[in-house]
Amino acid sequence: MSSADRELTYSEALHEAVRQEMSRNSDVFVFGLGVDDAKGMYGTTAGLHEEFGTERNFDTPLAEDAMTGVAIGAALAGMRPIHVHQRMDFLLLCMNQLINIAAKASYMYAGACHVPIVVRGIIGRSWGQGAQHSQALHSFFMHVPGIKVVAPTTPHDAKGCLIAAIRDDNPVIFMEHRMLYGNRGVVPENDYEVPFGQARILTSGNDVTIVGVSHMIVECLRAAHVLREAGVSAEVIDPVSLAPLDIDTIAASARKTKHLLVVDTSWTTCGTGSEILAQLVESLGEEGIPKMKRMGYAPTPCPTTRPLEDIYYPSGQTIAEAAHALVRGRDWTAPQIEAREISEFRGPF
Amino acid sequence: MIPGITISKSTLYVVIFWSNAPISSKNISWKLPATHRGKVAEHTDETFYRSLYRIRRVEEEIVRLYPSDRIKSPVHLSIGQESVSVGVCAALSTNDIVFGTYRGHALYLAKGGDLNSMMAELFGKRDGSARGKAGSMHLIDLGAGMMGTSAIVATTIPHAVGYALAIQMRRENRIVAVFFGDGASDEGVFHESMNFAALKKLPILFVCENNGYAIYSPVSDRMPADNFCERAESYRIPSTRVQSGKTTEIRDAAAHAAVAIRKGNGPQFLECLTARWRDHVGPDEDRIWNYRPDSELDDWIARDDVAATASRIDQARRSAIEAEVEREIADAIAFAEASPYPAMEELNEHVFR
Ligand SMILES: Cc1ncc(C[n+]2csc(CCOP(=O)(O)OP(=O)(O)O)c2C)c(N)n1
Ligand SMILES: [Mg+2]
Repeated sequence: MSSADRELTYSEALHEAVRQEMSRNSDVFVFGLGVDDAKGMYGTTAGLHEEFGTERNFDTPLAEDAMTGVAIGAALAGMRPIHVHQRMDFLLLCMNQLINIAAKASYMYAGACHVPIVVRGIIGRSWGQGAQHSQALHSFFMHVPGIKVVAPTTPHDAKGCLIAAIRDDNPVIFMEHRMLYGNRGVVPENDYEVPFGQARILTSGNDVTIVGVSHMIVECLRAAHVLREAGVSAEVIDPVSLAPLDIDTIAASARKTKHLLVVDTSWTTCGTGSEILAQLVESLGEEGIPKMKRMGYAPTPCPTTRPLEDIYYPSGQTIAEAAHALVRGRDWTAPQIEAREISEFRGPF
Repeated sequence: MIPGITISKSTLYVVIFWSNAPISSKNISWKLPATHRGKVAEHTDETFYRSLYRIRRVEEEIVRLYPSDRIKSPVHLSIGQESVSVGVCAALSTNDIVFGTYRGHALYLAKGGDLNSMMAELFGKRDGSARGKAGSMHLIDLGAGMMGTSAIVATTIPHAVGYALAIQMRRENRIVAVFFGDGASDEGVFHESMNFAALKKLPILFVCENNGYAIYSPVSDRMPADNFCERAESYRIPSTRVQSGKTTEIRDAAAHAAVAIRKGNGPQFLECLTARWRDHVGPDEDRIWNYRPDSELDDWIARDDVAATASRIDQARRSAIEAEVEREIADAIAFAEASPYPAMEELNEHVFR
């Protein structure tokens, strides 16, 4: 295999990104609960303390609020901390520091200081993660000026976005999904940045535009596959970064296909889908408005029991059916599409 | 007195608070509803053994069943830590309230939680304590005074304090015990909650279950102090440290603390040293991760209080207790197996009440 088509998993790609940035810049350090333990945060921080020293990859007390403030303080002093959270749900304990300080420091002090921190939040799913270990809170952050939100789905973008996030002078919420970690894809060996604010067209099509967020992209690609067999050609778009959001790419596609389905890795109300639809309406003007629909988690906390959990999430099948209804205006039963990262996932956590 | 307001119970409370009089359950007599007049049961080696053995065996059965994938829930086992829940709950009545954590099987069972509902909950079934919506991390049995547990570390500590505040405001004669780990004691909310409880002299027992680790992170990597009692003392909360892991010692310390709390003297703090024999989460042996010295665990296993308690009981009685418990557990597993999964419509139920 030539180095041009070297494949890595999503987690290996993150690991490589952080290693390269730590080598390049001694101001970069990683900290958070469990980052230096035997599991190494799904391998993404494995061995960093051995390679770069325990000062630069360290465990902390359970103190998310204070540790977020510590990251901000270190960033104010010129460091580039990466604060890792095993579940995005724990970011709720960090909200005051992130929203009231990190997002506002540059503005409040008119650029006199800035807060270059990366906050990695991993979204859980399956094996009874339940109400408190499966939440994706990106829309909370998208609401707030001064903070960037990225949600890469491919190993290539995972690496490039993490490097870009570390180099960014602003606070960046870096969203990961544990169902993405096993994904393999081509990842260049050099250090490179994937710029924020540029969406990626993953498959091109003419009948419907499907925008997916994070893990839902995988389900959207499955949906596109069965839709093609049913004669519906779907254009699947990965926004990659949610704030800033590349509405132009989405709008151009929706103008072409005249149908837009947004599938979020979260609830729909006040979510990414709502934002995309609103921005689209504003940018296209009345006559250009496509037929639109949002999908996301059921409007409930996440149940743990498998039969209810299965219907809580959109699936390749339900996405395909929704897209079909949007385009053809009639019901159709899509074939069931196995999501192996979910069906084969076993605990114990 | 503001004219036009008739004195109801609740305005009377307001008047009491406004009057700035010292509030202590000692000098205010209030007739309690019958359901709140709890009695602390008598305990013997036999009753302790039944409770300890039952918890140990329930969790061993979970370990046995786990590879079958019928329990699709993270399980945080208390194997090795049973004596803390059993000892403290022995100082409580049914009407006293406990709050705990995702590592909640032992507490749930020690406080009298229904075994069938727990097992069905782990199986994700409709007859579970939360109809399958919660899994192992969020057990609840209000009838037994077991409040719902949370998977966000330290979150239930202030809830326990709030419950104790309500008990004080309503002049009820019962107390709250809140169980949490050494890791939870790192969190700011733990400190804020202790300070408030001490300030208001609330009827609450803080129980720090110190198993030495937060996942794989030892206490010594997370704080300079070597005990948690001094944190409590800094809020002027009297504290006791039980190092032995012995149920009877834990019960004695908890009973002593409970007496002071029931007198209206405010919170007490109990630090119980203990050890988790299994992995932080899941059924595996803890040793597989190689993060702690073997001797440390060996030492705790050698002092296992389930075995020690068993050795103090007459063999025939012991066999009878064990046979009864085994039957009960087998029945609970059969109950969980037989229970159906919740219907699809249940997804949308209970978001609001
Ligand atoms: C606020 C929060 N931070 C982090 C976690 C991840 N986490 C789950 S359990 C745990 C360790 C808690 O240790 P301790 O309080 O000692 O309880 P133990 O598991 O030892 O019983 C951590 C860090 C969490 N669930 N919630
Ligand atoms: Mg612990």
